[in-house]
Amino acid sequence: MNTSTLPENRAQELSDVDPSSTEFLAAVAARQLAGRRRVFAGVGLPALAVDLARRTVNPDVELIYESGVCGAHPEGLAEGIADSVLVSGAEAVVGIPALFGYVLQGGHVDVGFLGAAQVDRWGSLNTSFIGDWDRPKVRLPGSGGAAEIMANAAECFVVLRRHDPGALPAQLDFCTSPSPVRAMAEDPRMVPPGHGVSVVITPLAVLRRPDKLGELVISEVHPGVSVDEVRAATGWDIAVADDVRVTERPTVEEVRLLREEIDTVRLYLR
Amino acid sequence: MATTDDKVTDLASAVAAHVRDGMTVALEGFGHLIPFAAAHEIIRQGRRDLTLCRLTPDLLADQIIAAGCVRRLVASFFASGSAGSLHEVRRRVERADPAPLEVEEYSHYGMVCRYQAGAANLPFFPLRSYAGSDLPRLNPNIRKVSDPYGGPDIYVVPPLRPDVTIVHAQRADRAGNVQMWGIVGVQQEAAYAARTVIATVEEVVDEEVVRSDPNRTVIPSHAVAAVVHCPGGAHPSYAQGHYDRDNAFYREWEPISKDRDATLAWLEAYVHGVPDRAAYLEMIGAERWAALKVSPRLSQPVDFGRRRLAEVGGRQ
Repeated sequence: MNTSTLPENRAQELSDVDPSSTEFLAAVAARQLAGRRRVFAGVGLPALAVDLARRTVNPDVELIYESGVCGAHPEGLAEGIADSVLVSGAEAVVGIPALFGYVLQGGHVDVGFLGAAQVDRWGSLNTSFIGDWDRPKVRLPGSGGAAEIMANAAECFVVLRRHDPGALPAQLDFCTSPSPVRAMAEDPRMVPPGHGVSVVITPLAVLRRPDKLGELVISEVHPGVSVDEVRAATGWDIAVADDVRVTERPTVEEVRLLREEIDTVRLYLR
Repeated sequence: MATTDDKVTDLASAVAAHVRDGMTVALEGFGHLIPFAAAHEIIRQGRRDLTLCRLTPDLLADQIIAAGCVRRLVASFFASGSAGSLHEVRRRVERADPAPLEVEEYSHYGMVCRYQAGAANLPFFPLRSYAGSDLPRLNPNIRKVSDPYGGPDIYVVPPLRPDVTIVHAQRADRAGNVQMWGIVGVQQEAAYAARTVIATVEEVVDEEVVRSDPNRTVIPSHAVAAVVHCPGGAHPSYAQGHYDRDNAFYREWEPISKDRDATLAWLEAYVHGVPDRAAYLEMIGAERWAALKVSPRLSQPVDFGRRRLAEVGGRQ
């Protein structure tokens, strides 16, 4: 890790970046990766988080992409999950059947990063439609591998760019990737191997779901945000953790790494 | 190789011979080796009512659907990766503008399992997805069966058997042994699932080149009907070791795709307006093409060995 441009005491100072900024969200997401080994990484904000984690809390993180790349060592920031920069110098590239069948469904992924248009109280996700399925107001990207990641990764992290009752509704318009709660409501014997969503990081708060069959609770509120604001911005009556605290800001060094070493071309940082 | 095994042809002939109106066509390549040149030839030849199969439709789907070739899309993702929406797909799905598009939707692994069932001649394929999801209600082809061995019920998907699968690869020999490296996606399964396979390739190589590295052959010649020499055939997607993805083009596509007239104008200029891929590459410009060049990063050769027959007593 190159910290030569900042003296040690400056580097560990806390940054004043806005809690809704990509830098803040990526730094919070990166810290959640401490102690996790194999991460199913996406593009965008998760790519920043994983790269930052590798330079800070978790040098041993192993990057897996749904394109079949395992143990990626990219020399630059990937502009897609099938970017050639992920392939050159990777430890393995397997076919998609092996990636989804053996690596993921076989139980080798510790954390999956997912995005969503809507998240409900149990961490079920909608990435398919806003409005009616037949004539949707918005046709969203659909599952891709999300339904499989949700079912099979040991746990899933979700990063949301909005926190309002539209993004965190009482009822999803469509359930693309079900929480274990919803899977077992269909059939109590069909228990997914994974925990489902364990952490949701939003521009206002960090929500956690410690129990595989439980609900999301407010675990951390970002600096300057109150618990009541978070509750008001959530579409159901969300519970608050007993030990709720203020989210720790990113350090100056984390923000510098994101801006000056990870995303130098501002592909994902805005 | 017997001369009768020479499957090399040109793209126009391959598409004319194997792709007909109303067929189910898989154009595979997972973010890599996407067969754009073949899709453009299908557009030029004015095919209609196709069922297009792709895990990630990509802007290839936006183009071929905008051109009016496709009635039904079988897929598991409906965006353009990092570069935004596929607006032609969205217009048709959200507003039936200018016409509706039938969509048969799965998750990625659901599509993979469909190809695997098709390739292995199985009646269905089980996967541990979909319990609690709305996807089975959206798509009645996703069904639940009981486990004959006493485990919990499990969802299954039916085989996908395209009439034609088209892939792009780094190289093949004239008999159709197709070699690719980098992200190999679901091409082997999509090829074996199909009745007919067309491979467009960056290079047609001698049989000796293929046989120097047999593990690199992803689709053996017995599964391939036609080989087309088509350098640059994956642009704006990429071919590992040949040229990189044209990320700028993917970003430029978003505003084009947003405006149906602009989409049609693009197709007129870059597809209908050119006879083949060589002319297309000329049209996008030497400078743009040169900027996508990659530096070499060679793999270490492996030794397949050769039995020393003459020196081993008794073997002869």
